[in-house]
Amino acid sequence: MGGVRVVPVGERACLVEVEDAAAAASLAASARAWRIRADDIVPAATTVLFDGCDPAEVEAALPLLDRESPGDSGASVVLRVSYDGPDLGRVARHWGCSTDEVVARHTGTGFTSLFCGFAPGFAYLGGLPAELAVPRLDAPRSRVEPGSVALADRWCGIYPTASPGGWLVIGRTDAVLWDAERVAPALLAPGTRVRFEALR
Amino acid sequence: MSIEVLDPGPLSTLQDLGRPGWAHLGVARAGALDRGAAALARRLAGGAVDDAVVETTLGGIVLSVRRAVTLAVTGARCEVRVGSRQVAHGAALTVPAGSVVTVGPALDGVRSYVALAGGIAVDPVLGSRSTDTLAWVGPPRLAAGQVLAVGRPVRWPEPPAAVVVRSREAVLRLRPGPRRDWLTPGAWEALDGASYDVAPDSDRIGLRLAGPVVERRAGELPSEGMVLGAVQLPPSGQPVVFLADHPPTGGYPVVGVVEDADLDLCAQLRPGDPVVLRTG
Repeated sequence: MGGVRVVPVGERACLVEVEDAAAAASLAASARAWRIRADDIVPAATTVLFDGCDPAEVEAALPLLDRESPGDSGASVVLRVSYDGPDLGRVARHWGCSTDEVVARHTGTGFTSLFCGFAPGFAYLGGLPAELAVPRLDAPRSRVEPGSVALADRWCGIYPTASPGGWLVIGRTDAVLWDAERVAPALLAPGTRVRFEALR
Repeated sequence: MSIEVLDPGPLSTLQDLGRPGWAHLGVARAGALDRGAAALARRLAGGAVDDAVVETTLGGIVLSVRRAVTLAVTGARCEVRVGSRQVAHGAALTVPAGSVVTVGPALDGVRSYVALAGGIAVDPVLGSRSTDTLAWVGPPRLAAGQVLAVGRPVRWPEPPAAVVVRSREAVLRLRPGPRRDWLTPGAWEALDGASYDVAPDSDRIGLRLAGPVVERRAGELPSEGMVLGAVQLPPSGQPVVFLADHPPTGGYPVVGVVEDADLDLCAQLRPGDPVVLRTG
């Protein structure tokens, strides 16, 4: 498999390095479908961690695994957002457009959950083009409200619970992103397609 | 059958073997930090291998037992009292109904474990009764006045197969980590025999080490999956060993991984304790 490297992590884990988050999400989904034995399979920005596995078994299975179909888990979600976040104007300045245009671009983008991290149910949603990347706040806020829809770099993310955070908050949704009692605890599990709709 | 928490001490939580399989949704694995001590307590009390036990932190815990029950206290050495009578640490004891069991402050080490025959029967969250202190998934930390149900014993108590005696010097053996190449030349070799102190902000998430700066190149990695025992190296050059409640992903390079057999020791190191690293 071209462009893929396997790096050992201690005795019972390995990292598989791939091109990008979409390839990582695809490879992780494919490894689950193939029932690759591991306690945890964790896709991230450019890697997939196989934790609690036989690294040789993972390496042997790599040629079977698909890196080109992220987001084919079948799940898709529409989130209704009030675009009244404190950083909406800041994002408009970065993008060189009006705040209405920020809303139009955000609702016009098809996002895919590529991996989770930071907090239970916090999904890194990919889909923004490189030219719309935005920097994080210089100093993170000590409290970001749950349901805050935010941008950083080329990612969009939604805070499932109140927490400190440095992403630019553009709006707010009532969707329950994390509920441990639910059959699928994370609303935006890796592979889920996401669209945003403006509440007016 | 139930027990009541009279005084939870500074931090007491329920812990079992943790909740593997949810890291891809951002959930830490949790589970008893000193796995050997927790297993010994379950075996002594007569519990299943995945029973929830109480994990204390430095200050112990006081429990009131509503009916006669067999229990055992292991891990950090401490005074154990039933009423005013001192009883053995590291042994099974059957206490009568109405007893107050006092697990005293740790005399050395950090975390003591209390197992009861039948285990503690709170509802599992995502398949586990462990408390994750990073995102507080699982049962909340124990609080005064809380009543905990105790399950039905499924096994007879067993004497321990062997008593584990720890060496006096805390040594953590490291294997090369996936980002060892972020170290400057010679830095890995310099870690062999390097001496650190345990920093005061160490917790269930990570054992923070204070000492010689480990030289690494600048920058940050894109976030990637982290394992138990990962030795992360932030720009400060002060290593952090990831323990059970570590975040599932992180952006600092993992330059080493602590040998699995040495992780229980990490659970019992106190702020200020010396630690020697071995990379040979």
